[in-house]
Amino acid sequence: MKELSYLEYQGLSNGQKFIYKLKKFFCAFGGFFARIGSAIASIVKTIVFGTINGTKNLFADLIKGSWRTKLSFIIMGFGSLSCGQIARGLLYLAFEVIFFGYTATTGITWLSKLDNLGDAAAVEVYDAVLDTYKTVHYDDSFKILLYGGLSLFFILVFLAVWRMNIKNSRENDILKAEGKHIPKLKDDIHELVDGKFYKTLLAVPLTGIICFTVLPMIFMIAVAFTSYDGAHDGYSNLFTWVGWQNFAELFNTTDSNLGYAFKNILGWTLVWAFFATFSNYFLGIIVALLINKKGIKFKKMWRGIFVLTIAIPQFISLLYVSKLFSKSGLVNSLLMNIGLLSAPYDFWGNTMSARILVILINIWIGIPYLMLMCTGILMNIPEDLYESARIDGANAVQQFFKITLPYMLFVTGPYLLTSFIGNINNFNVIFLLTGGAKANPLLTTSGGSATDVDLLITWLYKITTGTESNYKLASVVGILIFIVVATLSVIVYNILPSNKNEEDFQ
Amino acid sequence: MSKKTSEKKYASLKAKQTAGNIIVYIILTLMAIIWLAPFVLIVLESFRCETTMQVGYVLPKQWGLDNYKWLFENGQYNFPRWYMNTFIIALFVAVIQTFMVLCMSYTLSRMRFKGRKFLMNFMLVLGMFPGFLGMIIMYKVLSGWGMTGVGSVPGLILVYTASSAMGYYVSKGFFDTIPKSLDEAARVDGATRAQVLFHITIHMAKPIIIYTVLTAFMAPWGDFMFASYIAHNTGDGMNVAVGLQNLIGTNASLAANYTHFCAGGVLVAIPVTVLFMCLQKYYVEGVTGGAVKG
Repeated sequence: MKELSYLEYQGLSNGQKFIYKLKKFFCAFGGFFARIGSAIASIVKTIVFGTINGTKNLFADLIKGSWRTKLSFIIMGFGSLSCGQIARGLLYLAFEVIFFGYTATTGITWLSKLDNLGDAAAVEVYDAVLDTYKTVHYDDSFKILLYGGLSLFFILVFLAVWRMNIKNSRENDILKAEGKHIPKLKDDIHELVDGKFYKTLLAVPLTGIICFTVLPMIFMIAVAFTSYDGAHDGYSNLFTWVGWQNFAELFNTTDSNLGYAFKNILGWTLVWAFFATFSNYFLGIIVALLINKKGIKFKKMWRGIFVLTIAIPQFISLLYVSKLFSKSGLVNSLLMNIGLLSAPYDFWGNTMSARILVILINIWIGIPYLMLMCTGILMNIPEDLYESARIDGANAVQQFFKITLPYMLFVTGPYLLTSFIGNINNFNVIFLLTGGAKANPLLTTSGGSATDVDLLITWLYKITTGTESNYKLASVVGILIFIVVATLSVIVYNILPSNKNEEDFQ
Repeated sequence: MSKKTSEKKYASLKAKQTAGNIIVYIILTLMAIIWLAPFVLIVLESFRCETTMQVGYVLPKQWGLDNYKWLFENGQYNFPRWYMNTFIIALFVAVIQTFMVLCMSYTLSRMRFKGRKFLMNFMLVLGMFPGFLGMIIMYKVLSGWGMTGVGSVPGLILVYTASSAMGYYVSKGFFDTIPKSLDEAARVDGATRAQVLFHITIHMAKPIIIYTVLTAFMAPWGDFMFASYIAHNTGDGMNVAVGLQNLIGTNASLAANYTHFCAGGVLVAIPVTVLFMCLQKYYVEGVTGGAVKG
């Protein structure tokens, strides 16, 4: 659409102005989706071109490489060994031996069963000697999925190392042709503390992330497409691949509560995250402004009081406050003593009061953090901005909305996003506070019971620990949480004004 | 304008300011009361001896240390064990997590290498998965190694620390603010990158190291979700959060153990609070810096 200049815009009537703004908003909205699309496209492009170029280079190495490099295609480490890189070459060779040894003996068995996660279920066999039936176990779907997956991962790692070995050999070719020094073990070690120091530093953290986050996540994503639950644990009862069935069940609103439960819990999760984030944010700024107001004494003491509440482990305050509002709790007793109530009010049993209370108590929990954070940032706002605003006759409220808030939003944009996501996954506040909330029968599903204040993350926990141990449903919910969070992040990230280049800071 | 009217105006302005300040004082005092009241109440209730139930008054009628004694002497709930479990976990997590986070953040802040951007994006996306999802399989694997139930301490240490490098953001923001020219000067003089880290940068990173240690040490005291899943209802494998929640989990146990819970809460809060208040300067720096850098 056509951009209007300031003068043209001012020339419009009020109605036209409104329509212009509306149009602009929707155009921008379309822009967000265009940007999401382009982000996804760039990732796909990287992967596709990476693979194509990788393969191209591989063939180039095969054709142009010396006989050493060619032999490295079959005997890993040959190119290094024949150029005097003994340690490197032996490592490559050992890796190849281990890989083929493992795959030929164990890996192949797991991989062959991966297609339907085991055929031979446990059976009861009559034992003539003891005169009893006993269960004999054959296949274990869980182990097949686990070790089969690990074997697949191992193959990927092998391919990467294999490629590295060829590249290494090709580099040696080139260095040799140019008559340059080929790095030996001593040089390699020196590189690891100097030029390639990042490899040394990242080795442990990355191994931890891959083994304890990436692989478990991949495994759990796979589980979403199987029939794995408490009754089909893979050991006594096999489970198998079921395709998109688990997802279909969650979006099926006719014959089970699941669809209804998911829709409701997702809705409340978003409402909660919105109110929890922004109520804390604005009130936090206001408290920080109050404490930092000119002429207020004992600033350190006021701040100290709030900081003290951060120091006390959250679960104690949450559990305690939750019990304060229980039916026999102090709040009910006090309200009855002063005659406001005749019978104890069930704060946690009532949907509306429970929802309002968790948001209020979350404010109580969250304001001290925000106050601390904002205090630092507020001090950075140039004082002359306020000075000139005052001269122009702006009052405190106008100053807040025209100077403080825009500045804060600009600086703390990324924080708002992380805190919104943190609130979507805010397990502690909801779970510890609403332990006494009543389950809503409409939300009771094959995943166990849920209350009206449950978030997706607490629902996930309840599904996992519930009597049916509905792991497949848990995986589906987990994946959907990811989709919700990822979508929100991409949208917000594109709106943020402070989406700056990271190198700008340095 | 005569001198008199301007003086009058000044005086009224001053009165207005004083009135404003008084309102602010009133608001702040009210807030301080609301924010501190629960903690005062929990301490008072922990000294109440006449009944273990919730009561409708604030000041105990009979003061004493019965609740604290109960925590150490009852045969059913092993509070000292929970306390030790949490303390050991917190110590290990503080050390290992600091190491992991510093390695990751220093590398990402200071070095440029192939795949760096991809790594950062990858960790960002990975962090959007709910961490608890992986626990289903982690539980099975850890129980195979005997690291669940009674033996949950090493299991929990592993769970908390293995992927902790993904929380590198605040720390990286700090390293970004240390001028790169220092590194470059040292590199020109022939120092390796490792020497730059261990002889120069590490000395300037003291605030962020203390911040990381402090937050890492405090986190295990409050974790409920992972700890309860790994402990799996085994009393000896719980941390304080799970144990104390168990103490007042049902209506019957709430009536029997309410004041015991208060005493336990006070005992847990004291060391953590003292440590935090001593190091709060570093915490504040971390929180403020982290927010700006995102």
